[in-house]
Amino acid sequence: MTDTQHNKIQREVETGTLSQTAADLQDERLIRSEGLGGAVRAFFGRVRRGDLGQLPVIIGLVVIWAIFTILNPTFLSADNLSNLVQEMTPVGILSLGIVLVLLLGQIDLSVGSVSGLASAVVGVLAVQLGLPYLVAILAGMAVGVAIGLLYGFLFIRFGVPSFVITLAGLLGFVGIQLWILGANGSINIPFQSWFTQFAFAWFLPPWLAYVLVLLAGLGILYGDLSRSRRRHHAGLSSTPLSLTLIKAITLVVVLGFVAWYFSTSRGTGVMFTLFVVLVVLMDFLLMRTRWGRSIYAVGGNVEAARRAGIRVNGVYLSVFMLCSFFAAVGGILQTAYLQSANSQSGTGDVNLDAIAAAVIGGTSLFGGRGRAWSALLGIIVIFSITSGLNLLNLNSAARYVITAIVLLLAVIVDSLSRRSRAAHGQA
Amino acid sequence: MSLQVDPAATREPILSLRGVSKTFGAVQALKDIDLDVYPGEVVALVGDNGAGKSTLIKILAGVHPHDEGTLTFDGDEVVLTSPTQSQGLGIATVFQDLALCDNLDVVSNLFLGREIIRGGTLDEEAMESKSWELLRQLAARIPSVRIAVAGLSGGQRQTVAIARSLIGDPRIVLLDEPTAALGVAQTAEVLNLIERLRDRGHGVLLISHNMADVQAVADRVAVLRLGRNNGVFTVQEVSYEEIIAAITGATDNVVTKRAAARAHKPDHIVDAETEGGAQ
Repeated sequence: MTDTQHNKIQREVETGTLSQTAADLQDERLIRSEGLGGAVRAFFGRVRRGDLGQLPVIIGLVVIWAIFTILNPTFLSADNLSNLVQEMTPVGILSLGIVLVLLLGQIDLSVGSVSGLASAVVGVLAVQLGLPYLVAILAGMAVGVAIGLLYGFLFIRFGVPSFVITLAGLLGFVGIQLWILGANGSINIPFQSWFTQFAFAWFLPPWLAYVLVLLAGLGILYGDLSRSRRRHHAGLSSTPLSLTLIKAITLVVVLGFVAWYFSTSRGTGVMFTLFVVLVVLMDFLLMRTRWGRSIYAVGGNVEAARRAGIRVNGVYLSVFMLCSFFAAVGGILQTAYLQSANSQSGTGDVNLDAIAAAVIGGTSLFGGRGRAWSALLGIIVIFSITSGLNLLNLNSAARYVITAIVLLLAVIVDSLSRRSRAAHGQA
Repeated sequence: MSLQVDPAATREPILSLRGVSKTFGAVQALKDIDLDVYPGEVVALVGDNGAGKSTLIKILAGVHPHDEGTLTFDGDEVVLTSPTQSQGLGIATVFQDLALCDNLDVVSNLFLGREIIRGGTLDEEAMESKSWELLRQLAARIPSVRIAVAGLSGGQRQTVAIARSLIGDPRIVLLDEPTAALGVAQTAEVLNLIERLRDRGHGVLLISHNMADVQAVADRVAVLRLGRNNGVFTVQEVSYEEIIAAITGATDNVVTKRAAARAHKPDHIVDAETEGGAQ
């Protein structure tokens, strides 16, 4: 009894003397990291412990760009880069869906086939049957959603591993794609339609691009400031104002430069902008909503999530559905960009590019770790390699080998940082 | 300081079991179990392996419904059919495996499935300050609530699991071997935590194999043997040997023989051992 009383007194003394400090910084064992310098130190500390986040892919990207620029300066030209970001967008959207299933610790091997099927559906409905493009597009998306629901149902009801379900989907939906396309195996989309123009010829006017960049900066600034205010109000430590300002200004300068650089060529593509908006939206949903939190929880420990009252089956169903939906959207955009729906749509390395992009971008294959941003960063890496090698007139043989090496490096970095987190008690 | 008055005379039990039975196929796992848990009281549930402790906890947690007998919670007879229903009534269970998400931070784990929502998005600030409030009340030693649970020690993880059970403000907390995998200091921390639960007026039902823990923290001990009640003792009035006898069902058993053999050892060794074992 005296022991507890002693503890109580000690506790009161502690809270009395330390009441000036924010509620989350009162433990004396905590390494203080206040102010701007503290934030920088905290960042390096995280990296040392193996909490790398998106750092490896950013470093990798800089290295890849440096090498290709040295070998052929055209690589960094505005024409090449603005082409690159348009070209990568359809596969990037597939990759966004892959990030979601990887977060659950599952996999979808069939995104390529689903994108091909959606492409065929749009081609047949819009060109052969002459329906409005909007109807054809909605039908293509509906096909994606239906496939995702089917996967989710099979997974929940029979407990078949997603690996096998989607492997069956990979084969089956290619078959349906070929069957829908019929004997010809190829449908050309008229170049003049708004559908192809959207993907191929629509670019943001420079002023609109700058306005969007400014809005992004203001959004970050507003979000950070209001969070700091709320944290201060709740008696918690908050981000220093200087750091918030630096973050917002850096973002505006970097994005502004990108927009300006693209504007010296054809401009910033509308399709690419759509991709970035989708990534931002998904990141928001993952980080700031209950649904997103439950995805990370299921990916980390299914049983714990179930016992916490999360409707685990609903999470699986929604994620499989979204993944196939994104696959369909990617396929539809690819159709528009290539002005053709054919038997080759969604085949070849589309599947593996999409999965590799998510992993290269820093989403863990083991579930529960990763951000929506990894789809964007990873797909830039993959298409940079493709584009750089094309400029060097190297054939696809070299491209496959180099992409494979980058993928292996990414997985090794993932495993090493996992080990490092374990060594620092953070795994 | 502690409860010297018979609690039954002053208060109504939160949870009361009368003649509860459970069979699994041909196995009679529990037979005619009577048990009361009062507010502000720690009841230890002890028994050998296979005595039915885990089955009883699972019935109370809503994992398995019971077959016969009555279960009374706050004066109302209830049938627990699902974990959600059990939680909704105010029965919080901390299972032995803790069920934490290692990749999420302490705040996310504490509020998992019960997140505070503000304008459609997670209210991280409210959750974080509530987490600190709760951890302070428990005098829990967690350096930061923004680190992944994977980075915490065994005792801290147990603390997070127990703190999480308190988020819904339960009437009674069931703890399944909370000190089984812990070191000396962490065990002491968890025992402190259990005392604080009692001070806050929660009823606590504690499963433990460790008699030192039971004697240190429990008010009463309920012994199960082969699926039946084998005595309920007030801790201050019962000796270690009596509890062991109730658990094993005999006064002449392996444990008492061992104790008798030790009594023949030189005095200073016995002294050292009893001092080390005392809380």
